[in-house]
Amino acid sequence: MRFETTIGLEIHVELSTASKMFCGCSALFGGEPNTHTCPGCLGHPGSLPVTNRQAVAYGIMLALALNCEIAPRSIFHRKNYFYPDMPKNYQISQYDVPLSSGGSLEIDMGDYIRRVGITRVHLEEDTGKSIHVGESGRIHGADFSLEDFNRAGIPLAEIVTEPHLKSPEEARVFLQSLRSIIIYLGISDCKMEEGSLRCDANISISADERIGTKVEVKNMNSFKSLYRALVFEEERQRSLLQEGKTIVQETRHWDESNGVAIPMRTKEEAFDYRYFPEPDLVPLELDPTWVEEIRKKIPELPAAKLERFQSQYSLPQDVAMVLVGEEEMADFFERSADSKASPVEIGKWMVGDISAILNEKGISIKEAPISPQMLGELVLLLEERTISSKMAKEVLLEVFETGKSPRSIVEEKNLLQITDEKELEKIIDEVMAENSKAVDDFRSGKEQALKFLIGNVMKKTRGKANPSLVSDMVRRKLSS
Amino acid sequence: MAISEEEVEHIAKLSAFFLSDEEKKVFAKQLSEVLDCADVISEVDTSNVKPTSYITNLVNVLREDEVKPSLSIEEVMKNAPHVYEGVFKVPRII
Ligand SMILES: [Zn+2]
Repeated sequence: MRFETTIGLEIHVELSTASKMFCGCSALFGGEPNTHTCPGCLGHPGSLPVTNRQAVAYGIMLALALNCEIAPRSIFHRKNYFYPDMPKNYQISQYDVPLSSGGSLEIDMGDYIRRVGITRVHLEEDTGKSIHVGESGRIHGADFSLEDFNRAGIPLAEIVTEPHLKSPEEARVFLQSLRSIIIYLGISDCKMEEGSLRCDANISISADERIGTKVEVKNMNSFKSLYRALVFEEERQRSLLQEGKTIVQETRHWDESNGVAIPMRTKEEAFDYRYFPEPDLVPLELDPTWVEEIRKKIPELPAAKLERFQSQYSLPQDVAMVLVGEEEMADFFERSADSKASPVEIGKWMVGDISAILNEKGISIKEAPISPQMLGELVLLLEERTISSKMAKEVLLEVFETGKSPRSIVEEKNLLQITDEKELEKIIDEVMAENSKAVDDFRSGKEQALKFLIGNVMKKTRGKANPSLVSDMVRRKLSS
Repeated sequence: MAISEEEVEHIAKLSAFFLSDEEKKVFAKQLSEVLDCADVISEVDTSNVKPTSYITNLVNVLREDEVKPSLSIEEVMKNAPHVYEGVFKVPRII
């Protein structure tokens, strides 16, 4: 049987406004529980919501970046359900008249481009956070729950895709591309571990023309867990179909530590949300001039930057992709490429040694003690042959340790490469005198004797000589 | 308009209420009466009126993104029936 996988995603992003969606409480992450709350976000009777202009602007910006049509008129609805993390017992969301719809995002899968339809981007408010207290630490079997409403009312943009993704890998790349765009827009920090970017997925498998049964998977809090959860579901559904069994339409909860998606009963399941227009808010009828102003503020997005990095700096595609993937890396690169050093070399150092050090230290390029100027200087020292590439690696580590500039480290440590031919010649003469047998061997045709001699010269200079220069000089001497 | 006991049960479930059979009967009758009351409005001729959820004709009421002081934690917790280490405590969810 040939199986086809169909995946659609539903993504929630917390917008990084200063205040909440419908009240003036701080929207900052964390804080002592319930200290960012007021009668509005605590759902006290009589309190009234007022929409945050900045949240609307961010929503419009995201919708435009995803090529959506902005609705000339949209309204908010109440989504009613009873759950302790929602103090009003309804969430203000958008329903059948959302902010925007009909967009698309193209993702680069290396061998091909997948165009993914964006059904809609709409605005809503976040819920509070439940902490389940009990021996197991999980929802099931918790003794009781604690509610922190600091998060309740933080503006959210919800992005719904069409079911156009064909594999768990495409889903992962889509989410990464989307995250990268949102970070470029500067409208959310997209920290999956803090919950400011969350993703649910719908996945179905079909063995023939018919559309398969949709299963929703929730609680994936990293790119890796999204991928793993979808691979798990794909396998599970495939083997059920192979056994001739039917797939139950349900919601599953991804359990990262055990690597399984388990069926769950939740607030959502089989619920009747009784949506109705929020009577305490008025419709949004967006002024096209405002929308155009926002469109102008959209910075160069990753796809355009990728193309430019390749044409302007002649970066290889894989290097450019890594740099563009993180806006901070791309910015650092551009500022560093401003120096006299070769941009291609700078790019390679960034995706190679520097990324490795950053990973090891668990810091971002912004937090690292190295500046773009320092990297330019390091690459220049290498290109001028002032230092060897082996030394450059050592100098780089030293920069991370001390924050000193590469040139001052080289001077301090006396690492300057011996490029003075007179000085080198003296050393080569010494080595040839000490190893007359190797000299004779080479002259009688043994090529590897050359390597032996070069090795000894390098040893004598404690690695400070330029190997290709030494090679040229030794060869010249031997053939004279 | 009549509300059935099943509908009452459904609404109660969504609101996490548990009603006795007797209560379901009472509420079905009372809720039906409330709806009958509202039905009086349908006697008005609305054939020339566009349906709307809004009556003020206002649009785009937006506020600037400015942080206003929140309540003090004492005020926040004032009406909480159950508190655990200064946080709202609720019965276990599942
Ligand atoms: Zn508030």
